Amino acid sequence: MALSGMRGLSVFISDIRNCQNKEQERLRVDKELGNVRTRFKNEKGLTPYEKKKYVWKMLYIYMLGYDVDFGHMEAVSLISAPKYPEKQVGYIVTSSLLNENHDFLRLAINTVRNDIIGRNETFQCLALTLVGNIGGSEFAESLAPDVQKLLISSSCRPLVRKKAALCLLRLFRKNPDVVNVDGWSDRMAQLLDERDFGVLTSSMSLLVALVSSNHEAYWNCLPKCVKVLERLSRNQDIPQEYTYYGIPSPWLQVKTMRALQYFPAIEDPSTRRSLFEVLQRILMGTDVVKNVNKNNASHAVLFEALALVMHLDAEKEMMSQCVALLGKFIAVREPNIRYLGLENMTRMLMVTDVQDIIKRHQAQIITSLKDPDISIRRRALDLLYGMCDVSNAKDIVEELLQYLNTAEFVMREELSLKIAILAEKFAPDLSWYVDVILQLIDKAGDFVSDDIWFRVVQFVTNNEDLQPYAALKAREYLDKPAIHETMVKVSAYILGEYSHLLARRPGCSPKEIFSLIHEKLPAVSTSTIPILLSTYAKILMHTQPPDPELQNQILAIFRKYESCIDAEIQQRAVEYLELSKKGAALMDVLAEMPKFPERQSSLIKKAEDTEADTAEQSAYKLRTQQQNSNALVVTDQPSANGTPPVSHLGLVKVPTMTNVDRNLADQGETELNGTLTVVDPQPPSALSPDVLGDLLGPLAIEGPQPASTQPVHNLGSGIGIAPNAEDALALATVEEQTATVQPIGNIAERFHALCLKDSGILYEDPYIQIGIKADWRAHHGRLVLFLGNKNMAPLVSVQALILPPSHLRMELSLVPEIIPPRAQVQCPLEVVNLRPSRDVAVLDFSYNFGAHLINVKLRLPAILNKFFQPISVSAEEFFPQWRSLSGPPLKLQEVVRGVRPMPLPEMTNLFNSLRLMICPGLDPNANNLVASTTYYSESTRAMLCLVRIETDPADRTQLRMTVASGDPTLTFELKEFIKEQLIIIPTAPTAAAPPGPPQPQPTSPPPPVSDPGALLAGLL
Amino acid sequence: MIRFILLQNRQGKTRLAKYYIPLEESEKHKVEYEVHRLVVNRDPKFTNFVEFRTHKVIYRRYAGLFFSLCVDITDNELAYLESIHLFVEILDHFFSNVCELDLVFNFHKVYLILDEFILAGELQETSKRAIIERMGELEKQE
Repeated sequence: MALSGMRGLSVFISDIRNCQNKEQERLRVDKELGNVRTRFKNEKGLTPYEKKKYVWKMLYIYMLGYDVDFGHMEAVSLISAPKYPEKQVGYIVTSSLLNENHDFLRLAINTVRNDIIGRNETFQCLALTLVGNIGGSEFAESLAPDVQKLLISSSCRPLVRKKAALCLLRLFRKNPDVVNVDGWSDRMAQLLDERDFGVLTSSMSLLVALVSSNHEAYWNCLPKCVKVLERLSRNQDIPQEYTYYGIPSPWLQVKTMRALQYFPAIEDPSTRRSLFEVLQRILMGTDVVKNVNKNNASHAVLFEALALVMHLDAEKEMMSQCVALLGKFIAVREPNIRYLGLENMTRMLMVTDVQDIIKRHQAQIITSLKDPDISIRRRALDLLYGMCDVSNAKDIVEELLQYLNTAEFVMREELSLKIAILAEKFAPDLSWYVDVILQLIDKAGDFVSDDIWFRVVQFVTNNEDLQPYAALKAREYLDKPAIHETMVKVSAYILGEYSHLLARRPGCSPKEIFSLIHEKLPAVSTSTIPILLSTYAKILMHTQPPDPELQNQILAIFRKYESCIDAEIQQRAVEYLELSKKGAALMDVLAEMPKFPERQSSLIKKAEDTEADTAEQSAYKLRTQQQNSNALVVTDQPSANGTPPVSHLGLVKVPTMTNVDRNLADQGETELNGTLTVVDPQPPSALSPDVLGDLLGPLAIEGPQPASTQPVHNLGSGIGIAPNAEDALALATVEEQTATVQPIGNIAERFHALCLKDSGILYEDPYIQIGIKADWRAHHGRLVLFLGNKNMAPLVSVQALILPPSHLRMELSLVPEIIPPRAQVQCPLEVVNLRPSRDVAVLDFSYNFGAHLINVKLRLPAILNKFFQPISVSAEEFFPQWRSLSGPPLKLQEVVRGVRPMPLPEMTNLFNSLRLMICPGLDPNANNLVASTTYYSESTRAMLCLVRIETDPADRTQLRMTVASGDPTLTFELKEFIKEQLIIIPTAPTAAAPPGPPQPQPTSPPPPVSDPGALLAGLL
Repeated sequence: MIRFILLQNRQGKTRLAKYYIPLEESEKHKVEYEVHRLVVNRDPKFTNFVEFRTHKVIYRRYAGLFFSLCVDITDNELAYLESIHLFVEILDHFFSNVCELDLVFNFHKVYLILDEFILAGELQETSKRAIIERMGELEKQE
């Protein structure tokens, strides 16, 4: 028996080993803990040796699974011991007992740092090891520079440097900012020239982490990695001790190939050639050998090479070699290799176009689904799930349903979810989908989550064609003697809604359906009874002419549950009983459920939410975010009989309008409401000057920029507007191909909401959601567009074009042409405001989904008020300024009519949210508001703007507005802007002020008054 | 990245536990219990890989001892499987014909060896000779 070198410790371990049972062991441990505790209390009497011994004992007890809630301090304090033996124990025990979140660890930072920067190499190693194993972000911030120094130091032994490399890796994972990319990439490249394999191996791990977060900064490392790999694969100059069963460090080979997978492509031809030679050699030259270790090592390298080939999207020939190899692997008996074959085939599905070749192995894969090893079955399941498409969905789902009978409980839930998703995604027809889900519930009801049966109800509700079929199926299942409660729920629900569609069939009269369902009631739980009651109520409502016998039966049941202890049941019973007395009203209340709004399948969401947790983001995942996946095929195309595609159901059908139409029509409508001034999203040359300019010319408000806006209500009727709206429609349909996709939510409302806040949704339809987030600094703005694909299929031909008005300089970063399934792409948009203007930038956005081309033109909320910086001014600042801007064109006044009536506090809020800061108390009249802000543009620089609003409490639809600033254009634009905000509100009521001639007073300057109070008060 | 390393015997007694991620004590006990249950009853003809929560356990059995590494699901399984064997070879060399009792009575040495072999959840040194030599240096300082 080997001895520990510490007698006390060995004796204790022996004692523990000799304990007959757990109870004895506990007693012995408690005794020892008591002993250690008293010794620690009286610390003065402890020799360093004793201290060390007790700390080891604590660790041993801890390892046995007992809680050790004291002595942490002693362990940590040993770190600062001057001699190696104690220090070593301190470090090791601390890193076992504590984790990065412990406060005690903070106490040690200084000592640890001193050891790292000190001269004692052994201490350096101990300290680096502790930090590398349990260092947290606090360590990262205070120690990273020192660790970096050690790693590149020429005076340190490799021993220290390899630890420094991994220690730095830990710190980088805790806080990526600690590695300064600029200076570090050259150092990193130098490290790859390292002769010592320990340092090289450690550095390669560091590189993997660095490139996974920012490959661009480390391009210079790419050729070096290829060199390392070449050297290893040719076994050139590799020290004997770094070969493992004759294979030059398989671990370094694997790491190097892992690092290479984070570079998107290899452009240098000679580097590329060298790498492919190496890969070719690995692919061709790896044989199966008898020695298990050698075999594993060589296959570790081979599988990494496969992953790299897949990544490099190599020539077809090499890819087909890979597929062939994997095909061989999934058929071998050796379980590890078969497992990896299945796993890598699943990965291959995600990156390359090999679906058809893989499909040839379907039978072989299904055999693995029946393997006794659950690990292999899981991989087979994942692969089948991944390779499923319309062509093989029926077979695969059939297999999975069969497997459900024998699968162990831990897998059934996942399996059920996968079956439900595949059935939903690839259903060749919807009746098949219903069949599968009902089978699923029948076979594995306990494992079918509510989401699954909710989903089938959604589909049936949204598809009229499906309803009789579903009702018939539900009726069939109810005939079975013992059915799962979930089946009772779903059948009852469907029959309640749709059994009347079956009424003429034998055995499907309301009475028969009712008694069939009611038979199940005694066996169901309280959560199901309310559903049954609803079903009874629906049956009652559908029974026309009423059947008195059935009615009595059902009412008796309601009465019975009227006093049920379960609140939900009681409520429904009482309500249905009351409703049933209402006669015709019952028909309305219990009418068929409306269609569900289209929503993302909660199942698919659930399946995706189980994101893996990995230290480095996986290379192939990163890649699939960039490129289109061929693996996911969506079959939502309209089926032959013309029923609308499944996932588009529930949309309101307004087939003739495109989004653009709708957008413009919205404007048209509001125009008709007499509340809108035309804000044409197109750059100037468009409609308004030509069509409206002439008509309205005489009525236009004077100002520096004539005719770009006209208060439309001045026309007195909507007649003048109609041509405009129609023209706009016509124009849109000529320009755009029709897309029959409806936006979700009102585009105009979304835009207006975004005018007042800086983040939110700009646009949404069933396929895409465009979010926006903006950050404004003086005359600069940075918007980020978030383009989120909501589907399981990619959006292609994505195009985003910015049509900026002349006063904005806008730069949109590259928008990818393809948005992968369920991915979100962020596109920053830089904005510079050149001069004051109310013109609006437009985003011309289009994409293809399936056969649809969808094009929308969206106004971007980069509008005038975004360049405001609210500023509060005092009376002393305000009045001199207000006076000095004495009249037009710097100060303009106008009476605005047709204002949306709102109480003053609401108007105050509106101004504040427009970043026009209301300064209370400046105006003595309580009905008036005074606001100030600073406007930023390149031409005006920072410019103070002052606004005064005088309201008439007797008539809230009109007010007088005075706007002043040091720039005439700004004054005018701001005045018009505020006017727009006061009168156009997307949900504005139709009622507007009766049209009347405009008040011809904008140009008249207020009389010069010296007293500011009188000036303000005397105006109205 | 290696999340944690466990050495357990068939009865589930932990002979060595090293965590490279911060876990609370109760969580550690749970993990040790679950991993033991996961690997102890697996047929020797099965794969050496088994899914564990959102990760993967790569394990290998030597006589009555299970060596288990918990790694990311994207990690190279066979490379980690062989790193277990390399570790065992190092222990075997150091203790000359290692047995469970060596590991019990010298658990602190096992921690030292492990710290020379793996750091921050990554392989640090794959040369048996380098590690054995280093252990010799350290023993001299004791």
